[in-house]
Amino acid sequence: MFLTIATTSSGLGAPAAELGFLLHKNPARPQSLEVAGGVAHVIYPEATDQACTAAVLLEVDPIALVRSGKGRAAEGFTLGQYVNDRPYAASSLLAVALGKLFRTAMNGRCDARPELAARAIELDLHVPALPCSGGPALAERLFGPLGWSVDARPVPLDPEIPEWGDSRYVDLRLHGTLRLADALNHLYVLLPVLDDAKHYWVGSDEVDKLVRAGEGWLGAHPEKDLISRRYLAHRRNLSDAALERLTEADGETLPDEVQVEAGDDTATGEARVALAVERRQTVLGVVRELRGRRVADLGCGEGALVGELLKVGEIDQVLACDVSARALDRLERRLHVREMSDRQRERLRVFQSSVTYADARLAGVDVAVLMEVVEHVDQPRLPALAQAVFGAAQPGAVVVTTPNSEYNVRFEKLPAGAFRHPDHRFEWTRAEFRAWADGVAARFGYGVEYRSVGPDDPEVGPPTQLAVFRRTEGAA
Amino acid sequence: MSTIGIPALSLVVLVGASGSGKSTFARRHFLGTEVISSDVCRGLVSDDENDQAATKDAFEVLHFIAGKRLAAGRLTVIDATNVQPEARRELVALAREHDVLPVAIVLDPPEKVCVERNAARPDRQFGSKVVVRQRSQLRRGLKSLKREGFRGVHVLTTVEEIDAVEIERTKLFNDLTDQTGPFDIIGDIHGCRAELEQLLTELDYTISRDDRGRAVDARSVNGRRVVFVGDLVDRGPDTPGVLRLVMGMVASGNAYCVPGNHEDKLLRALRGKNVKVSHGLEESLAQLAEEPEEFRRQVEQFVDGLVSHYVFDGGKLVVSHAGLVERMHGRASGRVRAFCLYGETTGETDEFGLPVRYPWAQDYRGRAMVVYGHTPTPEPEWINNTTCLDTGCVFGGALTALRYPERELVAVQAAEEYYAPAKPLHVPSAPAREPDGLDITDVTGRRVIETATHGRLSVRAEQAGAALEVMSRFAIDPRFLLYLPPTMSPVGTSPEPGLLEHPRQAFEAYQAQGVTDLVCEEKHMGSRAVVLVTRDDDVALQRFGLAGRGAVHTRTGRSFFGPELTGELLLRLREVVDAAGLFDELETSWLLLDAELLPWSAKAGDLLRDQYAAVGAAARTSLPAATSALVSAQAAGLDVGDLLARTERRTANAELFSAAYRRYCWPTDGLDGVRVAPFQVLASEGATYHDRPHAWHLGIADRLVAEGPSLFTPTRRLFVDETSWAEGIAWWEELTGAGGEGMVVKPAANLVRTGKGLAQPGLKVRGQEYLRIIYGPDYTEPANFERLRNRNLGHKRSLALREYALGLESLERAARGEPLWRIHECVFAVLALESEPVDPRL
Repeated sequence: MFLTIATTSSGLGAPAAELGFLLHKNPARPQSLEVAGGVAHVIYPEATDQACTAAVLLEVDPIALVRSGKGRAAEGFTLGQYVNDRPYAASSLLAVALGKLFRTAMNGRCDARPELAARAIELDLHVPALPCSGGPALAERLFGPLGWSVDARPVPLDPEIPEWGDSRYVDLRLHGTLRLADALNHLYVLLPVLDDAKHYWVGSDEVDKLVRAGEGWLGAHPEKDLISRRYLAHRRNLSDAALERLTEADGETLPDEVQVEAGDDTATGEARVALAVERRQTVLGVVRELRGRRVADLGCGEGALVGELLKVGEIDQVLACDVSARALDRLERRLHVREMSDRQRERLRVFQSSVTYADARLAGVDVAVLMEVVEHVDQPRLPALAQAVFGAAQPGAVVVTTPNSEYNVRFEKLPAGAFRHPDHRFEWTRAEFRAWADGVAARFGYGVEYRSVGPDDPEVGPPTQLAVFRRTEGAA
Repeated sequence: MSTIGIPALSLVVLVGASGSGKSTFARRHFLGTEVISSDVCRGLVSDDENDQAATKDAFEVLHFIAGKRLAAGRLTVIDATNVQPEARRELVALAREHDVLPVAIVLDPPEKVCVERNAARPDRQFGSKVVVRQRSQLRRGLKSLKREGFRGVHVLTTVEEIDAVEIERTKLFNDLTDQTGPFDIIGDIHGCRAELEQLLTELDYTISRDDRGRAVDARSVNGRRVVFVGDLVDRGPDTPGVLRLVMGMVASGNAYCVPGNHEDKLLRALRGKNVKVSHGLEESLAQLAEEPEEFRRQVEQFVDGLVSHYVFDGGKLVVSHAGLVERMHGRASGRVRAFCLYGETTGETDEFGLPVRYPWAQDYRGRAMVVYGHTPTPEPEWINNTTCLDTGCVFGGALTALRYPERELVAVQAAEEYYAPAKPLHVPSAPAREPDGLDITDVTGRRVIETATHGRLSVRAEQAGAALEVMSRFAIDPRFLLYLPPTMSPVGTSPEPGLLEHPRQAFEAYQAQGVTDLVCEEKHMGSRAVVLVTRDDDVALQRFGLAGRGAVHTRTGRSFFGPELTGELLLRLREVVDAAGLFDELETSWLLLDAELLPWSAKAGDLLRDQYAAVGAAARTSLPAATSALVSAQAAGLDVGDLLARTERRTANAELFSAAYRRYCWPTDGLDGVRVAPFQVLASEGATYHDRPHAWHLGIADRLVAEGPSLFTPTRRLFVDETSWAEGIAWWEELTGAGGEGMVVKPAANLVRTGKGLAQPGLKVRGQEYLRIIYGPDYTEPANFERLRNRNLGHKRSLALREYALGLESLERAARGEPLWRIHECVFAVLALESEPVDPRL
């Protein structure tokens, strides 16, 4: 990975080669330094009185990189760890190297030329392979407000396969008049932000360091939210390597973790939160109304609904089930299960289960909730779901919610025909949902009633549809 | 008394005062592990075998251990005083809970013997009072032991007697495990003598008759024997005739018979008990009234002597009238008898007034085949290795026999409807459960799977957990998922400079195991695909219980394409397989093929673009910029020669890397451009093929290519032996030199066992350029290469063999038509093992 920092005598207001003083690196002597993941070289392709360019070349050692990995993501898991863009693209590794190479410069200190360090100087930065999934526009949004004029050109994915289009990299050139320390800090913070790849090796303490480097300018940045969100995304992406491995074996990629769960990620922030909360409240209301004493949340995820159910005194026991062991781990952490008293713990059962296998532990619960679950199951597998839930477990009542696809036209950002979430296998119209639910109810001896969640649009209905099944045959 | 007989599976309760010699007795007659002593349990929980304060806890431990042993079917001896009725009551309850017979052995030597023995032990200085009390408690309870539920009570009152006695373990009546068959198991007859005679004739039995022409015995000309599932009597036209024949066959050893609920009720009626004469009993009584008293007495004796169920053939076959859950196989108790006669009823009745039966067979996961009758069904159906043979003969249906072990059905139609059924025979019962639905306990938790080729293999609970998510979220319906291919190990690392893998190591590895005839198969540049093809559109539903044409799935069980494209592809595959005559030749309506689906980009397009192409794009942009900066620096007189040279090499490596992945991409549109390269036939109805040489498999593949050249792609191959390694190496060099992925070296004979167990089914030898996309563009750089050589293959090899054995096991089970859960547990286990953290580059 590679970047250059250049200035001229007019831009610097001094002989250009004095850039070397500011960087604390002698232009006459190439320097190499061991950094995390490899060796960083600083060389000056040009260092005259007129013009000076400092180049940073980070030679990543991909093998050492994996071997230094920690925890579950240590050596020997996914191929993505071994073959990736780390050796070429300007990533968080480059940022870490910058921090190590130019620590003093980033603090704005230069004992030899203090006035130059304090002054805004004219700079040209070149980052030839910058990961930037938002394309040139995102680079402009991030660097523009900081005083840079931005020239970002998309890099084609493969010139021999033009139909593949552009890659997620841009060839970035920045021109501006800024303090060198600020320029370096901008790179230090924004390179990892733009580097949206999965991180197997950046520890959370690195993230904290980056936030500190943003002091003084990050707070006023119009894209502050985006920048902070991507920090968090990095932490979450330290994810389940086993699942990834099995997915990779098929040449598939997993949908990004961050998006999983809410199911309405294409709605704008506030609307999304509102809908998720409203859905949860509606389901909670229905469960209360059903007066269930043992309630199972099937596909409970990280337990947003489970936490609410536990607050309902009339419920004796909540069964929190998900097919993902990882989600259940998070649930236990979020709800502090380990610290619960015996009595509290008695009220909560957390176990891995699957809606396509019969599970005797669920037999005879009063209410089973399938909140935003069915649409994550392949349609040919829905009979197995119905069999396991309605046929084998036979709850007294079942509450099902799922997106209403008719409503999708109301989500402005959602392309026509697209699903709300990459893992959705289908999304139903109201008629399709009813056809399925009526069939299940008739087959397994349930009555069914339909409700809506969210504003009921006169034309396209509510954003989320809900069905309440009540068992009619035999005693509950 | 010198010999005490106790059932081989029983709970033996020793009863006697302290010092009566129970522990010595137990040691002499039973295995140390069979005896659970209350003193030992006291010691376990309190460090003091005589700590009376620990008694409650000690007995909880004792009951727990005894319960585990009885559940596992092991004889258990309780060494405790057991002089109080409460203590014995709990043990009798425990025995009943596990449906084993409780037996009491009372040791009651004279008081002074006990007292002297205790006095001789330093830890039992409690004087004679305790012994006196215990003996008096014992004496009081002695008479009521039978009433308490003990099935055998043996009292020994002198030291001599105690010392002299021998214990003999007797087989239970239901234990016919030494009888291996073959058998013809016949369903409910209900007085239909004519149909029974006809069926026996069809089964090649010769019927002998008495002087009045009545059938009194039948002998198989092929040395087979009949097992009757009961309900011989009632409703039909000739109950006495049926009884005469069956009783004759049982007496002559030509048949076994278990009782049905109708026999049970008939017996009570014959004994003059007050029973409600209904459900056809009136016919039996009327017909038997015509018979001499002597015959009725024989019938009574015969029925009285019937054993609730039989376990045959080393435990592989269980016959009972109404079926039997696994935990009751080979057990004896009132509950077991009730289950055998009536099945598991829920206490409810259905709209026809008949008792609702719990569908125990759907939960059945036992190893034994269970054959039964009792509930009329239009067609016998296999549910989890159990089947009901009552095809309602007396209601105008048929009388059915099952040939064991062949699993073939033979049936004769009823001549007429002799009796009107309460419920129409053809009304299917409520579809409460899928007949062979899967349960979460079929796959989760730690599992041990017995494989025919590689012994017992275990799957850890967390591996199963990882697989559960993938299986549930992404895999196709388990009914079409008969097999997942095993992972394959690469060859040992080559010592040749610049090469990680080379064919020589494969040849040598097999030679070392004594395998010299090998086949090298071209490694296709696609995705592994398992193809389930069916002969026509009805097959899938009939054979697998699922509508569709079959499946084309990946190595983790995902469908390659959506439903429409899959259906279209399967239709094309079917036409070619049919045209090649394979369905006829292999006598099957379905075929499971191991294949490669090309191009890789058809399935892995996202991965190619997001991962591989992206690497190329980043390299293509950054490295030239770095090179030009270094050139300028060098021109300016800086010493950057090494770095420049390295960066230039890396630029070239990145181009080679891009060239390597590009070979895997060609445009496809729907199915246009998609090719299938089969290389092995996995299974068909009743058959697997891993014992056929690869030449046969490749011959089949060639025929498919010949029939459907636009869809099928050949697998190039070269057979080598010790004399032709050089040719094999040259061929590999040619393949990989042309950009090929490499080859797989396999034993030509296919499955090979060596002195050290299974040989690897194949070893992959990948090409230098292909490995660039596995090990990274710069893996050939000397600094990287030397480190990569040091790779550990042991785990991968072991995993490859275990997955191979599990795969074969699932194929065998699928071909035999075993229950879905039995197939699925193997398929699931392969996926679970794949979640192991093994270097993915291997």
